[in-house]
Amino acid sequence: MKKVYMDYAATTFVKPEVLSEMLPYFGSIYGNAHSIHSFGREAAKGLELARSRVAKAIGAQDREIFFTSGGTESDNWALRGVVSASKRGKHIITSQIEHHAILHTCKQLEKEGCEVTYLPVDKYGTVSLDALRQAIRPDTALISIMFANNEIGTVQPIAQIGKIAHENGIVFHTDAVQAVGHEPIDVNAMNIDLLSISAHKLHGPKGIGALYIRKGVRVNNLLYGGAQERGRRPGTDDTPLAAGFGKAIELACENLEEKSMALAAKRDRILNGVMSSISNVRLNGHPVNRLPGNLNFSFDYIEGEALLLSLDLKGIAASSGSACTSGSLDPSHVLLAIGLPHETAHGSLRITIGDETTDEEIDYFLAELPPIIKRLRDMSPLTR
Amino acid sequence: MYSEKVMDHFSNPRNVGEIENASGVGTVGNAKCGDIMKIFLDIENGIIKDVKFKTFGCGAAIATSSMATEMIKGKTVKEALTLTNKAVAEALDGLPEVKMHCSLLAEEAVKAAIDDYIAKNPDAPLE
Repeated sequence: MKKVYMDYAATTFVKPEVLSEMLPYFGSIYGNAHSIHSFGREAAKGLELARSRVAKAIGAQDREIFFTSGGTESDNWALRGVVSASKRGKHIITSQIEHHAILHTCKQLEKEGCEVTYLPVDKYGTVSLDALRQAIRPDTALISIMFANNEIGTVQPIAQIGKIAHENGIVFHTDAVQAVGHEPIDVNAMNIDLLSISAHKLHGPKGIGALYIRKGVRVNNLLYGGAQERGRRPGTDDTPLAAGFGKAIELACENLEEKSMALAAKRDRILNGVMSSISNVRLNGHPVNRLPGNLNFSFDYIEGEALLLSLDLKGIAASSGSACTSGSLDPSHVLLAIGLPHETAHGSLRITIGDETTDEEIDYFLAELPPIIKRLRDMSPLTR
Repeated sequence: MYSEKVMDHFSNPRNVGEIENASGVGTVGNAKCGDIMKIFLDIENGIIKDVKFKTFGCGAAIATSSMATEMIKGKTVKEALTLTNKAVAEALDGLPEVKMHCSLLAEEAVKAAIDDYIAKNPDAPLE
């Protein structure tokens, strides 16, 4: 059976060039990057090359990049590290549509005495700058707003948010896990103080990410132990994963704007194809300010998991915000935050494509989707 | 995650549709929770001659609707009333724990349709 992967926001494959970059560090270059001898120095060289590639991708200095186990650890570290080191207070401003790595950490921090403001978003999933300004308090330690949403793809006005944060002397963190490699990022121009990255979303290996911390910003450790990462993040350096991460981010950011435009053109072909062949469907997220590889639809009268299973039977891999795929009774918090009624949120489908998605795969998807929607609607008591 | 039987009943559901002038109709669940089942019964002399369903819901909801209708077709009303969600789940070679509520919905939909029939025909035979 044909197999078509349209779930790039969940994870991506490791590119062959990335794998070859990693292999020596599993074999001949096995030293501990923290050791002083030649074995260690050789491993450290690879680690520092990777660090410099990550730094370059976001306009940072090498010494501002700290490797972590991934996006989740970076988000946890940013929130806890800033709040516990802040002299302003224990108030955090974030949004209702953040990834659970942010939201669940905030929930826990509330139990530990922090106060959190969860900014609402408009129907496109954009944070209101006025609401942000109004939420700022004398004890606000941190503003944490994601760069681009993982479900609906909406890209936030990050530079403007950063400007507001800095005008008020507040540290600004952004979870850029979905954005790095797709959106141009410059931490200085955008006034970003901390930024979370994950390697496996951009054809790197799973299990590694980074937190960018602007020089001079006070951030306490999340973990305590050895002196790795300049004493900020202990644990033996994962040189193979770091080498892969460095190569992957370098490749992802090469000709970024050109690649993003080509990807957006493919995305729009899917969008137009779906809109013209299926009725009672809506596009979730922002019509223009959205990730080039992201589409999120709601189909009336049907449920998302049934849709995913049907697509899977045709070899197409996608994702949904329905309750049945989230493991809870409620559908996606993101879809509810943009104002979708529960029943519409249950019928959502997220399609995320990459540079490798072919025209043939898109044609196959566009041919297979309408009969699946029709079959499920014919079976539904809600269909009008 | 799903057994082959669940996937079979999801891919090729039995008894999908509606019955005009049905003897009894039962609807359970709500769209907010993501599950609605509607079951239509055609009953003659206490025997379920035909049964159809329409379901809005996940794979397990569709499969349990299909299986429940298969299990009561041709049975007496009295027999159909003994259908349990456990029996539906077992007939499907099991359901994931988080999906057991779907089988409960199927049992409740059958019972709601029979209740509707009894309310309309209080003196009709049940077997």
